[in-house]
Amino acid sequence: MIRNLAERIILIVVILALALWIDFSTNVTILSPLTDETLFTRDLTPRLGLDLRGGMQVLLEADLPADETPTAASMEIARDIVQQRTDALGVNENVITVAGDRRIVGEFPGLEDTESVLATIQQTGLLEFVDTGDFNPQEGSLLVTDYSPTGKAVESQADGVTVFHTIMTGAELESVSVSQNTLGSGYEINFALEPNGSKIFAEHTSANSGKFLTILLDKRVISAPVINEPITGGQGSISGSFTYESANAFAIQLRYGSLPIALKIVETRIIGPTLGADSLNKSLVAGLIGMIIVVLFMIIYYRLPGIVAVLSILIYAAVVFAIFKWFHFTLTLPGIAGFMLSTGTALDSNILIFERMKEELRSGRSLIQAMDLGWTRAWSSIRDSNLAAIITSLILFWFGSSFGATIVKGFSLTLALGVIISLFTAVYVTRTLLAITLKTFKPQNFERWFGI
Amino acid sequence: MDILGKRYYFFILSLLFILSGLILLAINGVPLSIDFTGGSMLEVRFENGKTPDTADIISIYEDAGIDDAQVTSTETGSLILRSSFLTNEVRDAVLTAMQDNSGSTISVIRFDSVGPSIGKQVTQRAAFAIAVASILVVLFIVWSFRSVENAFRYGVCAILAMLHDIAIIFSITGIGAYFFGWQIDSLFLTALLTVIGFSMQDTIVVFDRIRENSNLLRRLEFEKLVNHSIVQTLQRSINTQLMTVEFLLLALVLFGGVTLQEFAVILLVGLLSGTYSSIFVAAPILVVWENREWRTWFGRKANAS
Repeated sequence: MIRNLAERIILIVVILALALWIDFSTNVTILSPLTDETLFTRDLTPRLGLDLRGGMQVLLEADLPADETPTAASMEIARDIVQQRTDALGVNENVITVAGDRRIVGEFPGLEDTESVLATIQQTGLLEFVDTGDFNPQEGSLLVTDYSPTGKAVESQADGVTVFHTIMTGAELESVSVSQNTLGSGYEINFALEPNGSKIFAEHTSANSGKFLTILLDKRVISAPVINEPITGGQGSISGSFTYESANAFAIQLRYGSLPIALKIVETRIIGPTLGADSLNKSLVAGLIGMIIVVLFMIIYYRLPGIVAVLSILIYAAVVFAIFKWFHFTLTLPGIAGFMLSTGTALDSNILIFERMKEELRSGRSLIQAMDLGWTRAWSSIRDSNLAAIITSLILFWFGSSFGATIVKGFSLTLALGVIISLFTAVYVTRTLLAITLKTFKPQNFERWFGI
Repeated sequence: MDILGKRYYFFILSLLFILSGLILLAINGVPLSIDFTGGSMLEVRFENGKTPDTADIISIYEDAGIDDAQVTSTETGSLILRSSFLTNEVRDAVLTAMQDNSGSTISVIRFDSVGPSIGKQVTQRAAFAIAVASILVVLFIVWSFRSVENAFRYGVCAILAMLHDIAIIFSITGIGAYFFGWQIDSLFLTALLTVIGFSMQDTIVVFDRIRENSNLLRRLEFEKLVNHSIVQTLQRSINTQLMTVEFLLLALVLFGGVTLQEFAVILLVGLLSGTYSSIFVAAPILVVWENREWRTWFGRKANAS
């Protein structure tokens, strides 16, 4: 016997209303009635995974020997830098996360131009200002310098290889911009230095007039201007054979700092946009058809309780989708399959209860007794079996998260979420709805109404 | 309805199905995808339908330093090119060369490239995940059935049912690999772990009924008790499995597009097997154990007890 029926109904209606509101809006904005300020806003467009939208996913690994592990701090810095660089390219909605202890996953939904992104990510962007004395190196050649980003001393080289002295690195850069060349065609990079850098720069240029100051990016010569006069203002410009694109890309690398660890690409996945949209449409259609068949079956076989179960499932679907939208979970193809599976589980809970009820009714109990007993006896099965499903989902989630396999992660998350919510709807919603139905209709003829 | 009486027939049925698929797997080799072996898969479509010859494509790859390229074509008219790991630069060079060769524009439908070390680690993790999932679920069963005597047997029978389902899945994959070119990739693993979870779920429902009946009907002989429990849960099992889950999955298989097809079929067969194994494998083995029937298998007479 459920005592607080009215309160339960109110709670369910409130939850349903909230869920539907979230389901059907693309964003939520709450304005303060007094000051007209935005108190709270949240974007609610559903996040589609790569397999539904198309795009690129890249797995980067720290380029260190297997027994050296990068620190968590340096992985986090690397992640930030990759994020900033790809943002600056105008790629929106990219998601960069650290996976495991030496990998970074980059996802770029809807990306068409994969080239520039891949190139930008990998460059370590180490800028060095090197004193090459009277030596004018060729543009594009590699030089050995005495600066090493990990702080380890650079080994002395074999004969004939000169180790040049690095005066200053890109860390001293305060700002970088691109402008057209004042003389001739092409573009140049203008930079301003931090106070410390300005001092070093001033000292060096005063003492080395007429010598070459070579500028290296990742040990490669970009430009080797001659020092004509002391530069004390802390500003300068780098000119070379830059087009607008290459000057811009270079400026981005400088602006967003150098990666503390080199990253190599170990996995790339590219999905064309048409495949994605096609898959999404097909699976939604399939889901709809499946649901219609199932709904028909439930109503035909279980009749009145079947209708209750269908209502319960609809509420369940609304709530799950709302949670998905609210917490910005990514929807993937297997995620849709997982959602359908968990709908099956939700139905299973209902079926367990109904079959139990039918048994009790057959053995002669009254309707109310049958309902109570049906629920109580079915609960241990429901609880234990759903727990097993949750355990496997958790393991799947762990497996997927260390490889950035969002496909696996998305599926396990949908499944786990669906199973948990289905526990709620089976226990709370179905029972309440059944109680209301029985109270309202008071069916006497069990065979017709219950399909016994 | 006497299900348990015919239990040996059902054992043989399972064995037949499992063996046929596994033999196919043994003959043709286990079709691991690049997720586990490392390598690259490039799916492309040529506009105007003018595709280069397979021999030309292979020599383009060889010029780029890749010796093990394979070309297959799909029903939708695209080409799938599999090879060892391609860096992005090499891939672009190959794409440009193929475009020049065919004279028509090329569009990339899909590109997956997995470095060799990643492939190995994924395999290790996958095996680990399966092992941990199985152990955890069995422990869970033993714990939740602790009030029944011989709780340990329930755990073991559940493992056996689960192994049965895993074997069925590999068997169906072997058949699928032979006829449709299926591969074992991360989605396969996902389906496998899901089936383990749901098979357990189903087995628990049946065992739960046995547990309840063993408290209520203490005088009943064990075999009759288990049979009674199975019959009671049969209706629910059929309804849940066939009518709901399977229809959903069937719709997905038929209408859901090609990317999910292998995944949906594996789930379809696997979940069906999960229900089947709870009723026709796990429960009968419980009975066989209780009666210690292995003593009579080879024609020895049962001890008078």
